[in-house]
Amino acid sequence: MELDALILARIQFAANITFHILFPSITIALAWILLFFKIRYTKTGDTAWLDAYGFWVKVFGLSFALGVVSGVTMSFQFGTNWPGFMNTVGNIAGPLLAYEVLTAFFLEATFLAIMLFGRRFVSERTHNIATFLVALGTTASAFWILTLNSWMQTPAGYEMVEGQIVITDWLAALFNPSLPYRLTHMLMASGLTAAFLVAGLSAYRWLRGDRSSGVMKALRTGVLGAAALIPLQIFVGDLHGLNTFEHQPAKIAAMEGVWETQRGVPLLLFALPNEAERRNDYEIRIPRGASLILTHSLDGEIKGLNEFEGMHPPVAKVFWSFRIMVGVGLIMLAVSWVAAWQLVRRKMLSPWVAKALVGMTFSGWIATVAGWYVTEIGRQPWLVYGVLATKDAVGDVSAAMVAVSLTMYLGVYVVMLFAYISVLFYMARKAGSNGPASMDEPEKGVAR
Amino acid sequence: MNAEIWLPMAFAGLMALSLLMYVVLDGYDLGVGILLPFAKDDDKDTMVSSIGPFWDANETWLVLGVGLLLVAFPKAHGIILQALYLPVTVMLIGLILRGVAFDFRVKAGVRYKGLWNRVFAAGSLIASMAQGVMLGRYLTAFEPGWQAWAFALLVGVGLSAAYVLLGACWLIMKSEGTLQRQAIGWARYGVFGTALCVAAVSLVTPLVSERIAAKWFEMPEFFLLLPLPLLTLALFVLLLLMLPRLDQRLGQGDQHLCWLPFSMAVGIFLLSFYGLSYSVFPDVIIDKLDIWEAAAHPQALWVIFIGAVVVLPAIVAYTVFVYRVFWGKTRELTYS
Repeated sequence: MELDALILARIQFAANITFHILFPSITIALAWILLFFKIRYTKTGDTAWLDAYGFWVKVFGLSFALGVVSGVTMSFQFGTNWPGFMNTVGNIAGPLLAYEVLTAFFLEATFLAIMLFGRRFVSERTHNIATFLVALGTTASAFWILTLNSWMQTPAGYEMVEGQIVITDWLAALFNPSLPYRLTHMLMASGLTAAFLVAGLSAYRWLRGDRSSGVMKALRTGVLGAAALIPLQIFVGDLHGLNTFEHQPAKIAAMEGVWETQRGVPLLLFALPNEAERRNDYEIRIPRGASLILTHSLDGEIKGLNEFEGMHPPVAKVFWSFRIMVGVGLIMLAVSWVAAWQLVRRKMLSPWVAKALVGMTFSGWIATVAGWYVTEIGRQPWLVYGVLATKDAVGDVSAAMVAVSLTMYLGVYVVMLFAYISVLFYMARKAGSNGPASMDEPEKGVAR
Repeated sequence: MNAEIWLPMAFAGLMALSLLMYVVLDGYDLGVGILLPFAKDDDKDTMVSSIGPFWDANETWLVLGVGLLLVAFPKAHGIILQALYLPVTVMLIGLILRGVAFDFRVKAGVRYKGLWNRVFAAGSLIASMAQGVMLGRYLTAFEPGWQAWAFALLVGVGLSAAYVLLGACWLIMKSEGTLQRQAIGWARYGVFGTALCVAAVSLVTPLVSERIAAKWFEMPEFFLLLPLPLLTLALFVLLLLMLPRLDQRLGQGDQHLCWLPFSMAVGIFLLSFYGLSYSVFPDVIIDKLDIWEAAAHPQALWVIFIGAVVVLPAIVAYTVFVYRVFWGKTRELTYS
């Protein structure tokens, strides 16, 4: 019975955070893109930039609202389901969460009002500053939460005193070994998610015959942004992997599907990890590939899962999440480069590339969520790596109760996700059908 | 006084302040949400416009309040939130529905507007009821049994009524014309509901805990505290008496005192909240755990305290700035 409650609580946390991350991963970068549109408008006076801003700020408002409500849910999960977390690592988690609320949440939530609805009430300059502060708030929020998450992956600067951690070195704890890589990787993931969303919906409007210059500006911004970011992201992802190899070898072993410690480990393109028999079925491999990537040597040694028996993450989930993330990343590279080449060289998009962009509208979500599954499932069975096991942090709420709340959450999330995606495409159709001028007309009714 | 004594007290104070800010600020926008179905279709947009710029920051006070409970009193946080598991979940669902309905009702197309209006109102009511139930459960120290649950439900109804009062008074202040006159009628219902709730809580709390009874009814505290209930009562009576007169004045086009009901409603919230805090302090779970037993390590408290002292004034300053930008009667919200 106890195990059931544990698994249900984990599924609930995973469901909440999966749903939540979708929206910050859009808004963190979209806020900066909107600031870019706004600054271009202020500098050039070209209303096409304002058209682009006018459409995307609505998307931002909607995404932000979903991020807020799902984030409030997250803040309650610690107490309702995981009391052991704060009781053990409260001395680091408490300050970081408190600083997130104090320095980021209020800033973004308050200035959002001016960013969304304030243009008629304040000067253009104040409006630009408000937009900047919202962008700053979303990024600051990402910094605090990723600092905490990184500390949970690679704890540093602490000692254990009577079953509680006490911070001995704040700088070491804040700037713990995995933070720089994880933070950069996540911010870029957000950049890609927003860029593909902007490119995808703009391509959708383009395909429906809307060639207004506002649409073209957004399309170019999305495509070129994605094309510039994706190679950097692949590079940073590689560095992040090397950092994980150093600090969390069991996670890497699961990502690569390595059971026995060995030299010259092949890179597996496909395999079905078989945890019962502790081997892989149906391997397709590139000889020595994994060793080359992780140790930069053809016969470098990689520790296998058997060294961590009983204390390593579920292999297949991590193995496949990793391949999905990398696979989506490679498709992103191909699509964004072809589209960028067409836009720059031919000043035109061929319909099949536009369709591919539409298909990739939410590709950032898939890659981001898969990446988070790699890193979070890959940390199991630990909640805080080497410090606190997940099963020791769960509360005593009954399995039946968790099942009830989980069902309610899942029901709401499915409906919300469906509504969100349909409304985005509806907004794109509506904006296109009315022509670009519609951006300047007040919407009937209110915006939020 | 050493830090282990006063830091938990400072955090209890900060937490109480955040929760007070939350119930007043999100209280008015939840109240407006509950009232939405009773308004004419044309007025619904004005109602949502009046809270559109604010609801998001208002809700952040809840995150801060619960966050402070989490970081400053981790033991209490786990016990309280697990004991309140069901109402907390229901409240969160309500807040999710309401928060997204804000956007969807205008972005999802005219066909669905009515649907999202209903979701908006339902979400507001669900969240308000659940918060009242949480308060009721908390005040009886999570006692099992139907009486305790019946009391919690009563508090749920009462808190929703109190939010309706705040919401209606907010609309009296922020709107004009028929909506404003209609809001005066809603405010009167709100006054009765709120009075009922305050009376019920005031009667039951001392019955539940002998310690709380002693805090209120021993001498000389009884006389020192007497102004508190008397002042609350006076505010209720004054509010009830002034609403019809205000209606007349507004009918003649005189908007001068339209802010007064809201201020009085906030006054009632302040006094009631002060009374509750007085009853509970210094416990964080009534008769079971006090703030010093529940407090986090002084190290963590120090780090947060410094941040809070530096940042909170800035938060207050820019909150005031935004309220000033959107000051006065509600205008239609647009993105351009």
